[in-house]
Amino acid sequence: MIAFWILAPIMVIAALGILFVRKAVHAALLLAVVMISLAVLYAGLDAPFLFAVQIIVYTGAILMLFLFVLMLVGVDASDSVVETIRGQRVMAMLGGLGLGLVLVIGLGQITLGTAVGLDAANEGGNIQALANILFSRYVFGFEVTSALLITAAVGAMVLAHRERLTPKATQQAQAAKRVQDYAEKGTHLGPLPSPGVYARHNAVDTPALLPDGTAAPSSVSKVLTARGVVRSAPALAEDIEPFNRQVGGAAHAGGRDAATPASTTEPAPATGEDDQ
Amino acid sequence: MNITAYVVLSGILFTIGCVGVLTRRNAIVVFMCVELMLNASNLALVAFAKQHGNLDGQIAAFFVMVVAAAEVVVGLAIIMTIFRTRRSASVDDASLLKY
Repeated sequence: MIAFWILAPIMVIAALGILFVRKAVHAALLLAVVMISLAVLYAGLDAPFLFAVQIIVYTGAILMLFLFVLMLVGVDASDSVVETIRGQRVMAMLGGLGLGLVLVIGLGQITLGTAVGLDAANEGGNIQALANILFSRYVFGFEVTSALLITAAVGAMVLAHRERLTPKATQQAQAAKRVQDYAEKGTHLGPLPSPGVYARHNAVDTPALLPDGTAAPSSVSKVLTARGVVRSAPALAEDIEPFNRQVGGAAHAGGRDAATPASTTEPAPATGEDDQ
Repeated sequence: MNITAYVVLSGILFTIGCVGVLTRRNAIVVFMCVELMLNASNLALVAFAKQHGNLDGQIAAFFVMVVAAAEVVVGLAIIMTIFRTRRSASVDDASLLKY
């Protein structure tokens, strides 16, 4: 019971956190907290088999599957805050509050008496007792479960499988297409520019500067742009301005002035135009 | 020992999951909230198994876990397919059948 009073507030706070965190990865981690706490509660409720199954199946398999899909779906798949139905959020909160009050007050008022306890039922071990029931009284349900699992596995394969409708592009075809793009649209033939490599700073989140001092958006990864963590390259050189003036770098100043307005961290919509 | 506290906690978790399904827009988070509701019902089942002194509640919780695993596999495959065609995991974007 001590474990319950320690874990219950943690579980409720973590569950409430799922409602309010912006990123889906954080929600998955909070769900892991709830599930592991539940496993401990099962252990306290004389269910050692369910304790192990909860950790292995839920926290181990199901949550890992969630994280897998989150990684596939991408980092910029965050929640939108726009309501499509007006007032839906408030109504949902009020409805949830009502349901919660009814459940808590209703369940709090019933008297269940002291629990019988599972000491008699778990006589020869919890797993043996569970197996006795599962393979006698519930054997039909157990067999149906196997059909369900096979159906789910086949369904997932069918849904996730993608038929290749066009032949895979060979290296030769890709090279020919590049040259064709160069001839028709003037797309740069070579590789994309590498991100900022400067005398005092070298990082992939800083865009390279073009000869006219503007930032080249194609030099940073699209993932970093989606996360909004791209840094501005000219800002890194702010403090060399006084030294520049001392040595009289007038010729250099023109280029830097032109660079300053282009130091936005926003992704340019037309990425391909920059590397012409 | 009294199991009322366990059942009340199960009710609170179920309510939170319910509100999450209604308010969140990201399909994956909605799915996590469904899992939270299933877990809450499992807690009630295990608690009542202790109350009544037989293991039927634990068997039921075990079956719920199996069904949840199958449901997650298919559900996440559907979300992946929708994301592949629409480039979005928001539940509001898949509304073509509405019109």
